[in-house]
Amino acid sequence: MAVETMAREPSRSLSWNDPWVRGIVYQVVVAGAVAALGWYLVNNTLDNLQRAKIASGFSFLDRESGFAIGESLIEYSPASSYGRAFAVGLLNTLRVAVIGIVLSTVLGTAIGIARLSSNWLIAKLSSLYVEVIRNVPLLLQLFFWYALITENMPGPRQAANPLPGVYISNRGFKFPLMAEHWIWDWCWVAVGVGTISALWLFSWARERQNQTGKAFPLLWPSLGLILGLPLLAWLFGGAPTKVVVPELRGFNFQGGGSLTPEFAALLIGLTMYTAGFIAEIVRAGILAVPKGQWEAAGALGLKRGPVLRLIVLPQALRVIVPPMTSQYLNITKNSSLAVAIGYPDVVSIANTTMNQTGQAIEGIALIMAVYLTISLLISAFMNWYNKRVALVER
Amino acid sequence: MKRLSTAIATGAVLVLAAGAAQAGKDLDAIKARGQVICGVSTGLAGFSLADSQGKWAGLDVDLCRALSAAIFGSPDKVKYQALTAQQRFTALQSGEVDLLSRNTTWTLTRDTSLGLNFAAVNFYDGQGFMVPKKLGVKSARELAGATVCVQPGTTTELNLADYFRANRMDFKPVVIERLDEINAAYFSGRCDVLTTDASGLASVRIKDAKVPEDHVILPELISKEPLGPVVRHGDDQLLDLVKWTHYAMLEAEELGVTSKNVDDQLKSSNPGTQRLLGVSGDMGKMLGVDNKWAYNIVKTVGNYAEIYDKHVGKDSALKIERGLNALWNKGGLQYAMPIR
Repeated sequence: MAVETMAREPSRSLSWNDPWVRGIVYQVVVAGAVAALGWYLVNNTLDNLQRAKIASGFSFLDRESGFAIGESLIEYSPASSYGRAFAVGLLNTLRVAVIGIVLSTVLGTAIGIARLSSNWLIAKLSSLYVEVIRNVPLLLQLFFWYALITENMPGPRQAANPLPGVYISNRGFKFPLMAEHWIWDWCWVAVGVGTISALWLFSWARERQNQTGKAFPLLWPSLGLILGLPLLAWLFGGAPTKVVVPELRGFNFQGGGSLTPEFAALLIGLTMYTAGFIAEIVRAGILAVPKGQWEAAGALGLKRGPVLRLIVLPQALRVIVPPMTSQYLNITKNSSLAVAIGYPDVVSIANTTMNQTGQAIEGIALIMAVYLTISLLISAFMNWYNKRVALVER
Repeated sequence: MKRLSTAIATGAVLVLAAGAAQAGKDLDAIKARGQVICGVSTGLAGFSLADSQGKWAGLDVDLCRALSAAIFGSPDKVKYQALTAQQRFTALQSGEVDLLSRNTTWTLTRDTSLGLNFAAVNFYDGQGFMVPKKLGVKSARELAGATVCVQPGTTTELNLADYFRANRMDFKPVVIERLDEINAAYFSGRCDVLTTDASGLASVRIKDAKVPEDHVILPELISKEPLGPVVRHGDDQLLDLVKWTHYAMLEAEELGVTSKNVDDQLKSSNPGTQRLLGVSGDMGKMLGVDNKWAYNIVKTVGNYAEIYDKHVGKDSALKIERGLNALWNKGGLQYAMPIR
């Protein structure tokens, strides 16, 4: 590169006094030093591993894991491979992160708006929430929720039974679930298709209103798409109504769905903690919209709801979305604190794997790759969304 | 320019640190440092537990003290590093500690692909189950469907899965890394069963249970758990020294040499005792330490029977029988190779 550029500018003489030459030389030296250091560290590690006869490489992923995992979204047993154990951990991490992001956004937005409420009590209570939650370390909060659940809940034989078929004990929250049937998978697909069609309907309606000024009634058609399609699928599948109710057999409840104390403690802890930060972001976003906007909208005769939805929120979102991205990244990364309370997330599984196989470097590399990938995906999505929102500005 | 020099300085530090990690033999490093860095558990009564003054005690701790006595003549030149089950091997592999004396089970995988060497077995154990008495469980065979508290990254975790698979029973594991957290989960009723080495269960029952009698340890031992000190590959001299430190304590018990009578035993006419205590022969020199190494061990720490009785045996709260840990000529498995 440098050579080509120099060739095109013959008038330039190579001199140490030339800042351009110095700049190139420095950059080459620094890049070379960094590369050499990286090479040295990698080489040194491999050399040391070999000298100590520590196994390396990723072939262990195919070996039988031999340990059991408390909760899994996919089929898993101790006879499965380490690779599959990793997949279980990854899905568990994603499960808590995705649900946590949704719940903390809802809760955080509600609290953020409540802090601006003209009701003294509501405003003060939400400030108290934000101050307390933000200033206590998350790890302590997780221990708190976990202890609260395991210490205070009754044992499975004395489980609380608030509704028929629903049991709450220190083994978790057990609830009835529809018996397995092939149509349920299709019902979920129908929900997805319905949601996408509803979103499309929204953008079509907005386009039409922009062009013709005619509003399109959105509520019922979109509800019909999101709920009606799965209902149709269910009817098509023969409308199965068999329900599996959890029942106490031996030590524990068998059948039905369940939410473990570990998952519940982690989800509650992460959601409440992150909601505290999101509340502040939302509040800041709303306050960033000048008061004149509210007043001008009011002068046009708009009600408070449409003012918030059509005028304030689109402007506030421009302020809210970028810091929100980092909160979503935080909640995903903080989910690794699951290790402390025994939720089998990807870090917990990787730790166990490292300990059983001794391949710490590979294990850490996998953890890093997983979090890097998840974080980059979230960032990419949020940046795309941010661009969309930013376009509203004129 | 400033940034560049910072980068170079950082790089230099890293290079030096990496260089130090691979330098020389571990035993020389220990001598130069004047201290043994010993990886112990985060708190297991009888094996390694720190008291309110931060003073460590236990069977595993006494092995570190004996090693220090063999090298330096004093048992107190030890720095203890508390490690969880998951941290221990990485800490040893990376050179953070010189040895693990941390109720660690000797297995083929650990001895080979983890790059470690087990020096000896200072406690023969087996994995057991503890349940609250009120459950009325009498045998491990009745545990189908139970929720089991277990520490991750242990042989215990693997044996547990094996046992339930072999007996076609299912179970729900609750795995928490920190010992006190997993014990708390068991005592709060989150699990029906706590499983670890039988000695560990006895220790937890004494130390953490509000009423120890409310918990029973089931009769079945489902595995062999030979626990012992571990060093990393690469320094055979340190491996030898750790091995013979344990054997010296066994040999002292066999010869009737105790911390109380060791000075009198110096005058013993028994050639075996003379060799052990460095009165004759060059045993210490061959190990690369002072010739009075075993004298110092027995004098300052004690023989195997003394440390066993004090920490886990009849003089301790745990009251674990000698059983497999009796000397070979008394029906046990503890057998010192001949010191000659």
